[in-house]
Amino acid sequence: MLLLAASPASGDSPADAAKAGRRSGYEFLTPPTQQLQNDEFANPGMLWVEAGKALWSQREGATHKSCADCHDDAAKSMRAVATRYPAYSKEAGRVINLEQRIDRCRTRRQQASALVYESKEQLALTAFVSSQSRGLPTNVAIDGGAASSFERGREFYVQRRGQLNLSCANCHDQHVGAHLRGDTISQGQVNGFPIYRQLWQTLGSTHRMFAWCNEAVRAEPYAAGSQEYVDLELYVRWRGRGLPLETPAVRR
Amino acid sequence: MAFNTRIRVPATAKAGEIVEIRAMIMHPMENGFRVDTQGTAIPVDIITDFVCSYDAAEIFRVRLEPGLAANPYFSFFLKATRSGVVEFAWTAQDESVTTASAPIEVT
Repeated sequence: MLLLAASPASGDSPADAAKAGRRSGYEFLTPPTQQLQNDEFANPGMLWVEAGKALWSQREGATHKSCADCHDDAAKSMRAVATRYPAYSKEAGRVINLEQRIDRCRTRRQQASALVYESKEQLALTAFVSSQSRGLPTNVAIDGGAASSFERGREFYVQRRGQLNLSCANCHDQHVGAHLRGDTISQGQVNGFPIYRQLWQTLGSTHRMFAWCNEAVRAEPYAAGSQEYVDLELYVRWRGRGLPLETPAVRR
Repeated sequence: MAFNTRIRVPATAKAGEIVEIRAMIMHPMENGFRVDTQGTAIPVDIITDFVCSYDAAEIFRVRLEPGLAANPYFSFFLKATRSGVVEFAWTAQDESVTTASAPIEVT
C-alpha cells in the first residue's frame, strides 16, 4: 500500500534505473568518445548549447519578446523541464515533445514563425533547454492524456518493419552489447539527446536518429516531428526512466 | 545564424608559465565530395586559415584543407610573458573572417 502510494509521483532515480539494467548509450562508447563528452570544452555539442543560450535572450516575433523575458534565468526555470518531455499538452490535445513545446511558445507567445525541424536554431534551443536538466532523471508521465500515445509508441517499438523486417526491440532489447559491423548495439536510450553524432558531424534530434534507424532497416522513415515519432519518443523515454540526462551527449 | 566560436584562455598566469589555449568554431567543413539526397554535389565550404595572436604578435597559424572533421578544434600552448589580448581569427574560403578574443593578465 505504502509503496503504491509513493511510486507514481516521485519516479525512478538513477539508482533504480541502474538496478533495472537500464544503461545509457554512454556506457557503450569507447573511452576516447566518453572523454570527449566529459570534456566541457571539447564536447562539440556545447557549440549548440552556447548558441541556444544566445537565442534564449534574443527578441523574436510580433510581441518582440525573448524566452528570457518570460522564463528569466533558464538555469532555474528550465531545470528538470526536459526530463518530463514528451508530455501531454491540453492546449494541443496531444502529446508533444520539447521541440514542439518550444515551437508552441514561439508561435503563440512570441507570435514568431515556427522553427524548421532539425534546423540549427531548433537544435540549439532544445540542447540549451535540455542541458539545464543534466544529471536529473528522466521522468515522463504515461497516464491520462498520454496513455494512448504511449501505447502507440510501444506498438511502434515492437513492430517489425522494412526490408530487413526488424523491430526496434530486435536490436535494442534482444541484441544489446552485440556487434553490428563496427558498432556495439546499445539499448537505444535517448537520455543524451540532442546528441552530437560523429557520423553526422553535427547535432541531431531523437527524430533524426529514429529516421536513421528506420532507414538502416530499409524502412520508409516518418517525418521528423510526426506524431508517430513523438509517440515512439515518449515510449523510449519511459523505457529509460530514471536515466540521468546527458545533453549534449557525444555518440558515434 | 552566424558560426559561433568557443575559446578558452586563462584569465591570469604567472610570468613564464605555459598555459593551454583552446579554440573551436562551429563549421560544417564541407569537403566537396559529398552529394545530397538528389545526387547533386555539395560544394566545398571550409575554413581555410586559423590564426592566433598574442599581444598583436602571431603565435599560431594553421592552414586547413578539405577532409578535416566539422567544427575544427585546436588546443595548443602559450608561454605567458606579458599581459595582453589573445586574439583568434578564422578565415573562410569566401574571405569572411570570424574573430574572438580574450585578455590574459600576467603577474
